[in-house]
Amino acid sequence: MLDLLLQIARVFAVLSLVSIGGANAVLPEIRRQVVVQGWMSDSAFANVFAISHAAPGPNIIMVSLVGWQLAGIGGLLVATLAIMTPSCILAFVVGRVIARWSERRWTRLLREGLIPLALGLILASGLSMMRMADHGAITLIISLGTAAFVVVSRRNPLWAIAAGTAANIVMLQVT
Amino acid sequence: MAIDQSNEAPVRTVSKRELFLGFLKIGLLGFGGIAPWARHVIVEERRWLNEKEFASVLGIGQILPGPNTMNAAVLIGDRFQGIVGVVLCLVGQMALPLVIVTVLGVIYERFAAIQEVQAGLAGAAAGAAGLVLGTAVKMARKLKPTPLALAISLLAFGAVGLLEWPLPLVVAVLVPIAIAAAAIDGRA
Repeated sequence: MLDLLLQIARVFAVLSLVSIGGANAVLPEIRRQVVVQGWMSDSAFANVFAISHAAPGPNIIMVSLVGWQLAGIGGLLVATLAIMTPSCILAFVVGRVIARWSERRWTRLLREGLIPLALGLILASGLSMMRMADHGAITLIISLGTAAFVVVSRRNPLWAIAAGTAANIVMLQVT
Repeated sequence: MAIDQSNEAPVRTVSKRELFLGFLKIGLLGFGGIAPWARHVIVEERRWLNEKEFASVLGIGQILPGPNTMNAAVLIGDRFQGIVGVVLCLVGQMALPLVIVTVLGVIYERFAAIQEVQAGLAGAAAGAAGLVLGTAVKMARKLKPTPLALAISLLAFGAVGLLEWPLPLVVAVLVPIAIAAAAIDGRA
């Protein structure tokens, strides 16, 4: 058991430091590790992927679920801490460095320069999520309707998502 | 980027309790990706950061390993309450999702085959995608990027969103270009 926990910790701690872009960027590598280590079958991993996308939270939560299925609550905690700790410590250190030299021109340029990049990447992830969620005209309308709601309204976007969920269930009955 | 009213710095402090509860809410709501919810709670609802500060924190979070919103939580927690703030933000963000994902893991086998459940999930996923798109558009409108900054945004969008090139590669190429663009624009 301890061996398994250590193995989980080692695999995910390494992935943590290479996961630029979060879980989506390292998804193929997570899948490879999990299947190659003989921890899970492909179809079991596909289930984990589906479940983690139905849950809220950062998408690396899929790693927590892998840990949980392998070794219960201990596995969940070890996997979660392993995937979080290295990248969070790095972010902490980098954040302190940037704050310390916040008046230097290079840190101001870095912060200013990254704003348009962040914007473009959010737009890109919206598009790729839309591609994954696209099951025809109705889901497309739900996506665009929710986008319009968010742009024009300051209300909680949950209203729009709840409406989309309900609409898709209703359409199932109608069609 | 031009400064308008929405970009004025909100001068305020955020208590440990506020940080924890704020991120608890972000974690609970954060269906289909946390960034739009983090922006909704942090910029619109509680005004801890303005649009520009949030985008900047998210941008730094993006070029570091790990989920961008988790890195953003580290930066925001440290900014307002130091290392204790970091831990509170991270625990707040992860606590409820961890419970929910475990419960879903238990009940998944039983409910996954039900058509209504599948349709509901598909509808929610489509809505979440729209939420992310709409958030990007809203941010762009408020940030009022210069033509050069807009070009950087579109390059990033085209490379990752349309061409589906690997993110680390795109980031490695675009970060120096984005910084050069900021210098040319005289944005800093």
